[in-house]
Amino acid sequence: MPLRLIRYALSSKHHEPRMFTTHDRLKSSYDVVIIGAGGHGLAAAYYLARDHGITNVAVLERGYIGGGNTGRNTTIIRSNYLTPEGVKFYDASVNLWKDLSAEFDLNLFYSTRGHYTLAHTDSAVRTMRWRAEVNKHYGVDSELVGPDHIKKACPQIDLSCAGHAPILGALYHAPGAIARHDAVAWGYGKGADMRGVEIHQQTEVQGLDIQGGKIVGVNTSRGYISTGKVLSAVAGFTPRVTEMAGFRTPIFVHPLQAMVSEPIKPWLDPILVSGSLHIYISQTARGELVMGASLDPYELHSTRSTLDFTESLSAHMLEMFPFLSHVKVVRQWSGMADMTPDFAPIMGKTPVEGLYLDAGWGTWGFKATPISGKTMAHTVANDAPHPLITGFSLQRFADFALTGEKGAASVGH
Amino acid sequence: MSEFIYHGEVRNEPDSETCSDGEWTDYVFNRSGIPAVKKEWWCHTPSNIWFIAERDTAKDHVLRTYLYGEGS
Repeated sequence: MPLRLIRYALSSKHHEPRMFTTHDRLKSSYDVVIIGAGGHGLAAAYYLARDHGITNVAVLERGYIGGGNTGRNTTIIRSNYLTPEGVKFYDASVNLWKDLSAEFDLNLFYSTRGHYTLAHTDSAVRTMRWRAEVNKHYGVDSELVGPDHIKKACPQIDLSCAGHAPILGALYHAPGAIARHDAVAWGYGKGADMRGVEIHQQTEVQGLDIQGGKIVGVNTSRGYISTGKVLSAVAGFTPRVTEMAGFRTPIFVHPLQAMVSEPIKPWLDPILVSGSLHIYISQTARGELVMGASLDPYELHSTRSTLDFTESLSAHMLEMFPFLSHVKVVRQWSGMADMTPDFAPIMGKTPVEGLYLDAGWGTWGFKATPISGKTMAHTVANDAPHPLITGFSLQRFADFALTGEKGAASVGH
Repeated sequence: MSEFIYHGEVRNEPDSETCSDGEWTDYVFNRSGIPAVKKEWWCHTPSNIWFIAERDTAKDHVLRTYLYGEGS
């Protein structure tokens, strides 16, 4: 019996360290206010403090740190996108991810597994080939592989998908990885907190004070803050913020559901995605199967999840892996996906001077956590978009210059 | 396969011959993204009948349904 352990637990000399400083009250002004303490908002705060010396920053969160989509995603990290802007952007993100656990001294459980996007039709194979070529052109490791390669990487797969949708090949992306979904928010948050950034939870932004086309302050549930720079990083709540700011965007919000199984023995090394079956799956370090599918087909501002989602996803999953029929689904949930017409984000300046947007992350935001923080910090500090995000400006819709990532961003549309 | 398919909010299309570029791209791309009671196009798949539903997009409650031209 480890009596030493009990003595250690009760000892006052070994108190539990707190991750974040609690602040009694808001100051009357800050140099920068960040709305949203998810991965993106906290990453921006971290890089503002670390790389730009801007530490007089408040991050305001209506709920709890990482309680939005940061806590609801299915943790896939990859850079096998379709457009040059997308590939360069997400590749920069993957390169930041790799060193984050060491940088934070916090285990993010980042695990490179390899990622397969399965093609069940000739047109899908052509799209995978297109993506592989664009990826290779920018130095990203992706290639088109055949059914034998897939079967070798995943012996349990039914390549015929119950005879309905035989797998013809796949886009194999070796750098594809998974990580603990909310640890990245804690890591960035702790790093920002250590450098003087104030994180205020249970603090809701209720209005934006805009005068002469310029942001001058923020109304919150705990008081008014004067500021000349505001960054909004609130995912599914973005339309409510842009409504406060008085301009329109293409963003529409649909729920994205997910579910997880009980832990089972490790059998699935890679991450698998099927565009035809509209499903994807990975196995965590704890042995749980994390599974997702496509967006709910109608607008809804809620995180409710449904039985028809779990039934449909399970049915398709069993077409690929019939041996899973007795595995139990333990939990289901959903997030509010802020979708855009071209499946690329909206980042940078807005019609309101001093107001910056990091939004339109739909179903593709988690993997971009580090690079969105870095590029938005640069954008806020310099009042000019970082070169990696110029393809994601809000203005692109008015100019009919969309960055078309529908073929690479999500499953099944 | 779904009994009812959602087809987006009912919106007024500006006259593409006379509207400005900004008005046109606003119609094509921009949306009222906030939660609210919205008039939406829905199609009943088995009968292929299109109708309008007024639905609270925060609570997912349908308040009224009617055919095009019959509502207010």
